Amino acid sequence: MAHKEHNKDWDLVIEGHSSLFDVKFKDIWQYRDLLVMFVKRDFVSFYKQTILGPLWFFIQPLFTTIIFTFVFGRLAGISTDGLPQPLFYLAGITAWNYFADCLTKTSTVFRDNANIFGKVYFPRLILPLSIVVSNLVRFGVQMILFLTIMGFYYWQNAVFAPTWTLMMFPVFVLLMAVLGLGLGLIITAMTTKYRDLAFLITFGVQLMMYTATVIYPLSAVPGKFKKIIELNPMTGIIEGFRYSFFGKGEFSAWSIGYSAMMALVVLIFGLLIFNKTEKSFVDTV
Amino acid sequence: MPNAIEITNLSKIYRLGEIGSGTISRDLERWFRMKIRGQEDPFLKIGEINVRNIKGKSDVIYALKDINIEIEQGSALGIIGRNGAGKSTLLKLLSRVTSPTSGRIKIKGRIASLLEIGTGFHPELTGRENIYINGAILGMRKKEITGKLDEIIDFSEVERYIDTPVKRYSSGMYVRLAFAVAAHLDSEILILDEVLAVGDAAFYKKSLGKMSDVSRGGRTILFVSHNLSAISVLCSKSILLDNGTIIESGPTDRVIDVYHKADHVFLNPRRNLEDPLLRNKKISFPESQFKWREISIFNSKAECANNLRFGEPFEVRFSGIATENCEPVLIGLALISERTGYIFTTHQVHNGLPGKLSKGTAEFIVKIPDNYLAPGKYSITIAASGNPNVSDYIVDDAISLTILDIAYDENSQWRSDINSGALLYPCEWQINAH
Repeated sequence: MAHKEHNKDWDLVIEGHSSLFDVKFKDIWQYRDLLVMFVKRDFVSFYKQTILGPLWFFIQPLFTTIIFTFVFGRLAGISTDGLPQPLFYLAGITAWNYFADCLTKTSTVFRDNANIFGKVYFPRLILPLSIVVSNLVRFGVQMILFLTIMGFYYWQNAVFAPTWTLMMFPVFVLLMAVLGLGLGLIITAMTTKYRDLAFLITFGVQLMMYTATVIYPLSAVPGKFKKIIELNPMTGIIEGFRYSFFGKGEFSAWSIGYSAMMALVVLIFGLLIFNKTEKSFVDTV
Repeated sequence: MPNAIEITNLSKIYRLGEIGSGTISRDLERWFRMKIRGQEDPFLKIGEINVRNIKGKSDVIYALKDINIEIEQGSALGIIGRNGAGKSTLLKLLSRVTSPTSGRIKIKGRIASLLEIGTGFHPELTGRENIYINGAILGMRKKEITGKLDEIIDFSEVERYIDTPVKRYSSGMYVRLAFAVAAHLDSEILILDEVLAVGDAAFYKKSLGKMSDVSRGGRTILFVSHNLSAISVLCSKSILLDNGTIIESGPTDRVIDVYHKADHVFLNPRRNLEDPLLRNKKISFPESQFKWREISIFNSKAECANNLRFGEPFEVRFSGIATENCEPVLIGLALISERTGYIFTTHQVHNGLPGKLSKGTAEFIVKIPDNYLAPGKYSITIAASGNPNVSDYIVDDAISLTILDIAYDENSQWRSDINSGALLYPCEWQINAH
């Protein structure tokens, strides 16, 4: 056998152990068409056989806003930084939903697709990436709703004005996507072995929402708790998001920097653990 | 020809039982020893020792062990083995669905694997949309799919419904569409797992034809199937896996031969008729008078086997014990096809043997020198009766036998089309032209 061992350049060498940092970006690029198709499949399968179709994208944030306005605005009377309550909540919900959707949908990638993954190889990261992209489209549609409501209140002479940080908007979106993706990757990789993490996700996301400034402004948080609330990387992003559109809230380069650093750490860790898991998860899931 | 695939010392280990407590610490220990101290996988060693010596105590098993294969470019390799022999594991490793525990696979060229057809099909999407998704999952670029779309639709024979959601397809249409996509993959290496066993007979033949075209077109094929005739048509060489190791490799004919011999132990060519699971019907014979003991089938080499080649002579031997002299007694045997029902019934008295049994054990031998049974599954029913007109002590499905679609000798008129009856009877034809 050995005599045939010339120095041939093999296209693919499959080995048991490879470097932790061996993320196959080239492969992912090769399969970019698949990513687009997964995004399309997501939408088409979402519409088909629903009466309201794309209207569903609006219904969820709209109703959540109404409930929040009633519970936290009217009953609890929590400050909204002087903004009309529905507008304040809708801003928080729209941003939060993008992060939360990226997180929860990514966190079940291995479990939901065990069947496909068990039958055919393609770069596994394609699926989480397609989730982030298709949520981005959904987020875009919900931004239309948000801007419409904002326009309505502007016309009603509510007092707010967008600020220069609006230019940071793409950065905020990117940070939310990266945070959601990174955390989702970690969770989906861990749940292939330790199932109990799946239970954590629903109430974990909820807890995270209450410790971020979705339903209250940072300015309403008493001084000694402020530090804790600011530890949540979503706090800086949502505050920055509101500051950009309304000029209300606390925008600080520090907290955005902190969020960005957290996002990067989470993403790298997520990629590593996902990459390691994808090779053998079929055996353990 | 250079090699398209080289597999060296490939092993795959599965851990048995619960993957629960202790795995984090075990993972950590393994990681620590391997990465930090550069040692070998500590748990690999434990597995090896246990498998050899303390069998049964080990919680790791080898699904594959030290596999070495070289496959030339443009050749077709068949992979044969019983269930659990490691065939699917090997294909999974090759198609990168899971990764090996140790060893190395080197591949030259683009590889596409079809461990299943229709992977990623979404019921809500139309046939056309699913062609794109499925093609992309299998590694095709969008442009490639568009270029082959007409060909694929044509091959699938579902042109009329191509813009209908596939959930409205019949299962046959679904399968045809899925296979059509797979068949038009452009990869240099194709891995197939049983996917040919789809569709109706006509489409099956079309698929098989397409596959042999593919292999003649210079592509490398790895093919796992229980359908030995498909393997012998497609693949010139084969390997036989058993318990994760290669026990035979070489020309397909020889490997299939070895497989059949190795198979005897497992398919129960001998059966104890006192097994309470058998549906015994005892009517007029009191149990004390006559009891069936055992039945077995012997092939042409006088080996106990119930996998027979098409055209292979065989005999059925069965025994019973009489506690006193019985007369009159009628012993019968019926051969039943799984598909078409009764084929024949035969009795000892019709062969000029006496219709009585003396006290003691008796063995009956029924020889079938001219075996015209078509490939398929058959069962044998035996009966003993005290009255020539009534069958009284019947054992239904006493034993089953399989006629393989591999010819016994050159003279056997071999046809794989088994849908045309239970017998491939050698009729004599004559045509008188006027």
